[in-house]
Amino acid sequence: MCATCGCEANTATMMTNLQTGASTEITAIGQEARHEHVHADGTRHAHEHGHDHHYHDHDHRHGHDRLPGEGRGLKVEIEARVLAKNDAVASRNRAWLGGREILALNLVSAPGSGKTTLLERTIAELGGRPPVFVIEGDQATANDSARIQKAGAPVAQINTGAGCHLDAEMVRRGLAELKPAVGAVLFIENVGNLVCPALFDLGEHAKVVLFSVAEGEDKPLKYPHMFQAAELVLINKSDLLPHLDFSLDEALANVARVNPRARTMTVSARTGEGLPLWIDWIRERVRQAQEVALP
Amino acid sequence: MHELSIASNIVELVAAAAAGRKVRRVTLEIGQLSGVSAEALAFCFPEAARGTDAENADLDVVEIEGVARCEACGEEFATASLLAICSCGSFRLQRVKGDELNVKGIEVEEPA
Repeated sequence: MCATCGCEANTATMMTNLQTGASTEITAIGQEARHEHVHADGTRHAHEHGHDHHYHDHDHRHGHDRLPGEGRGLKVEIEARVLAKNDAVASRNRAWLGGREILALNLVSAPGSGKTTLLERTIAELGGRPPVFVIEGDQATANDSARIQKAGAPVAQINTGAGCHLDAEMVRRGLAELKPAVGAVLFIENVGNLVCPALFDLGEHAKVVLFSVAEGEDKPLKYPHMFQAAELVLINKSDLLPHLDFSLDEALANVARVNPRARTMTVSARTGEGLPLWIDWIRERVRQAQEVALP
Repeated sequence: MHELSIASNIVELVAAAAAGRKVRRVTLEIGQLSGVSAEALAFCFPEAARGTDAENADLDVVEIEGVARCEACGEEFATASLLAICSCGSFRLQRVKGDELNVKGIEVEEPA
C-alpha cells in the first residue's frame, strides 16, 4: 500500500517474462470494482495522481440525509461464494493444463524454507524429462526467477505488490505468457506464506508444502489450513539436522496429526539427499496426468 | 492478510448486484473453519469498498458453526478447530460444515 495515503496505486500486480524481459500489469481478481487508478500507459507511476482524494472539501454534500433506519431499503439476495470467480478461473486453468497433459504443482512454504533452491535442484535432476516451466510469485523483485532461468527453465515472474498470495487469474496470465509444452511439469512457486495461499485454488493438481528443519516441529499445528490442503509435505534442509535440536519424528507426527493423508519426504535441496524419491514422485504424477488426458 | 483480497472479491460481487444503487448493508456467511477472520475482514472492507457503491456500507457477519465427521466411528460433532479430536480418539476427520465464505445478500437504497 502507498505509505502516503494508503491507496493501492503503486501496488499493482506485475508480470515479467524473463525470456523477453517484457513486463505487463495484471488485474487481480476483485480489483475490477475499484475506482480509477488505471494506468493505461503501463507505467508504475510516482504519485502523479496527486492525492486529490485527500482534498475532499469537507462540506458534507452527502449531507447525512439518511438517519439510521430512515428511508426504505431494498434487500437483494446474492447467495454467492466469495471466491467463485477465482475458483472458476482455476477450473479453466486446470482444464487447459489437463488437455495439454501438463502437471501443475503449487509449491508453498514460509519464506526461506528453500522453495527456489529445491526448484533449481529439481530442474537439474529432471534434466528436461519432463520439461520444466515455472511461475514465480513474490511481492517484489525478480531475484528468484533469475535463479530459475539460470537453472535452465522458462519462467514468468509475478510480483504481487501488496498481495500475499497468487490467485488463479495471475496464474492464467502466467500460462498465457509461458505457454508450457505438452507433457511438461509446471511449478507454481507461491509467495512465501503459510496462511493466505491455502485459500486460493490456482488450478494446480496438487499443493506441495515445504517446511525446513530450521523451523519448528510444530509448524503443521500452527498452520493447519495449509498442511491440510497439502498432498505432499517435504521436510527440507535435512543436512542441517546434526546441528539442530529439531526432532524429525515429532515433525512427522505433527504432519500426520494435522493431515493423515499427506505423504511426507525428508530431503535436502542443497545436498540432494532424499531427492530421488521426490523426482520419482514428480515423474509418476506426470505419467498420471498424461493418462488422465487420454481420450 | 488475505482478508484484503477477500474483501475486494466481496466488493466486486456486491457492486455487480447493486447495479449503481447505494449499498447500506452487506450480509456475509463465514464458516468457523474457513480460515477467514471476520475481524480482519471488517477492518479491510472499508478500504476495499472506498469509491464503490458499497462505500460506508455496514457489514453483517453470520458465523457458521464448524462440523466434523469422524472417519473412524462416523460420529458428527461441532468444532471450531481444525485440530479437533473425536471422542473415540481419532483425528481422521472430514469437514462437513464450516468452510463457508459467502455473500448472502445486500440492502440497497431504493432510488427516490
